[in-house]
Amino acid sequence: MIRKRLLVLLLSLTLLSVALSSVGAQTTKAGDVTIEFIQWWAPELPAGSLRAIMDDFEAQNPGIKVKLISGPYSNTHDQIVTGAATGTLSDVVGLDGAWVNDLAKQGAITALDPLMAATNYDASQVAAIIKLNGKSYMFPVASFVYPVFINLDLFKAAGIAKLPTNRTEFLQDATKLTDKSKNQYGWVLPLSLQTPNGVQNDVMSWVWASGKSMLKDGKPDLTNPDVINTLKYIQSMYKKGLISPGSFAKQEQDKVEEFVNGRVGMMIDTLAHINMIRERNPKLNFAISALPAVDGYSGRRGLPYAAWGIGISESSQHKAEAWKLVSYLMSPEVNSKLVSIAHAFPGNVKAKPDFVATDPLFGKGFEIFQSGNLANEFVGLPVAEQLMRSFDEEIQLMLDGKQTAEKAAANAQAKWLKSF
Amino acid sequence: MAFSKKERSLHLLISFRTRRAIAPYLYQAPTIILLTVLMLYPIIVVVRYSLMDNVIMNKHPAFVGLQNYIAVLSDATFRASVGNTLYFTVMSVIFHLMVGLAFAMLLNAKVVKPLVRSVLRVLYIMPWVFTATIIAIIWRLLLNPSGVVNYILQSMGIIGENIEWFSSSAVAIHALTFVNIWAGYPFYMVSLLAGLQGIPNDLYEAAIIDGASESQKFWHITIPQLSPIIISIAMLDFIWTMQVFSLVWMTTGGGPIHATEVLGTYTYKLAFSTYQFSMASTSAVIILVLSMSVAFFYVRHQKARD
Repeated sequence: MIRKRLLVLLLSLTLLSVALSSVGAQTTKAGDVTIEFIQWWAPELPAGSLRAIMDDFEAQNPGIKVKLISGPYSNTHDQIVTGAATGTLSDVVGLDGAWVNDLAKQGAITALDPLMAATNYDASQVAAIIKLNGKSYMFPVASFVYPVFINLDLFKAAGIAKLPTNRTEFLQDATKLTDKSKNQYGWVLPLSLQTPNGVQNDVMSWVWASGKSMLKDGKPDLTNPDVINTLKYIQSMYKKGLISPGSFAKQEQDKVEEFVNGRVGMMIDTLAHINMIRERNPKLNFAISALPAVDGYSGRRGLPYAAWGIGISESSQHKAEAWKLVSYLMSPEVNSKLVSIAHAFPGNVKAKPDFVATDPLFGKGFEIFQSGNLANEFVGLPVAEQLMRSFDEEIQLMLDGKQTAEKAAANAQAKWLKSF
Repeated sequence: MAFSKKERSLHLLISFRTRRAIAPYLYQAPTIILLTVLMLYPIIVVVRYSLMDNVIMNKHPAFVGLQNYIAVLSDATFRASVGNTLYFTVMSVIFHLMVGLAFAMLLNAKVVKPLVRSVLRVLYIMPWVFTATIIAIIWRLLLNPSGVVNYILQSMGIIGENIEWFSSSAVAIHALTFVNIWAGYPFYMVSLLAGLQGIPNDLYEAAIIDGASESQKFWHITIPQLSPIIISIAMLDFIWTMQVFSLVWMTTGGGPIHATEVLGTYTYKLAFSTYQFSMASTSAVIILVLSMSVAFFYVRHQKARD
């Protein structure tokens, strides 16, 4: 009886110790530092490519191991917020510019300036550092610009010879492309409220393309004539039935699906989707063009963009090692390699992706990128996603005929001022 | 004696009566510990958060009492979400019951052979087996303005032009309720089928002898026999449906313009979009209170049955 009890006790202790030891089996050798890198990039890159870059880093930095934590984009944001709250956030953090203000306020991410100073880092090689109150928080590792995609077959069928360069031409082309009986429309506008970045990419981009702004001295200025005219322009297209129906529940992936299936003639979308579109519909004949500006505008055109940004957690125990990984990913050679496989534009001004020389569509995109300037005024704003959502609600009411463009802008302005 | 010296001393240390008294608690200890750590402690923390002025974003939160509750209860969006949640939940429960009962009675019919019943039961249960994400993807495709449902309805001449099922503020909540009814009826069907098969046949035979019609048999035998089950699953379904989040978030995100805003999406947006964790905790506590009041009746009903 005693022997049986002793045996059971021994067995339970063995099981417990095995279970507990496997939990702490991260560091392989004594002295090795393991840093975690949370991001949404690995699933969007060719399988194993990000891991290969990490392996190269580990080879060049013996004693540091990198553990990749991958997940979808929206999930990553929630994980970072809760990870920061519980103190379990990964050392290196993949960031979107829209999150920086709130995460910095939460104390989740650390200012990078002391780390830059300690290693004499040349900040001028970084394309656009996201700063808040003078402190640097995020480097853009890869930028995805949002030009206009044109379905050339639909253009030919509608008898349009030239790609649109200003708003009037865009409106005329959309009118010629729209044929309700064939379920074909000129433009597609995703305004769903879950991920309301349609406001950033498909609405406000029109304002920035003409070199105008929605802010004044860092404060909201939505009631200025440029914003209101943009709203009226979109409203006119909606009223004329030129926009594919179902905008209020449409998300970015629905927009791309419709373009891939030849149901819309033009869409504003990220260059990152070029390969996906080619895969989904190899027969689709499409081109890239700059976003049209207001008639008569000849200055530099703002190009909306989304970036894969990188930062370091405030609660990280290995900030020096984390900084080594950040500067490695931002170095010209590695940055070129990463943006080449991601089909993005580099965060290091000295880097150049290889696809711009080999692929005509990307080459055109790079041209637009270099002749314009990156413009996304939501980057660095507080509660950026909520700002987009509250503006989205007003735009939906306007398109539904329940209020004028001026009222929509005024209501959004009032809501925004509460957050500033 | 069979006992060794060591065992005897252990037995003398703790009296037999004490051991008998604490034995049930030792058996329950693992579950109680798990529930305390994973449920009770988080609930207490959330209630504490709701009485502070913004936690997590604020390193030094101050106690503000019921201020957050007043703010949430006077928010028009909150009231809209309560209305939507109530409509969504009540309609779901009612139609779950009707559809589930109809399918259960179909499956229970004498003409259905046991093998056929088993196969059909598996097929009819499928909507319940899918996760919210899959259901959302399937129905977003089906109810797309250029999707299959609109095509069929137009071909049959039922509608004149494509309806924007999830994008129109007039139709969105009804489309969403329909999807939830589709996804949830199998739970009722399975429970009611089991209940139907437990109704003794003699009752029906006696009714036939008394000259009862089908409708009288249904209302006076079937329903009263099933009523304990119906009340139980209706209450459970009410509690679960009131807390719906994933289905609504994946299909409409609470839009267009709060037309499908429910308590779950309202709380989520407060926490992860506006970073107001205390307000979100307040909303969560209100949902907890509402769920607990229904749960209270559920537990009382279960106890009455015993």
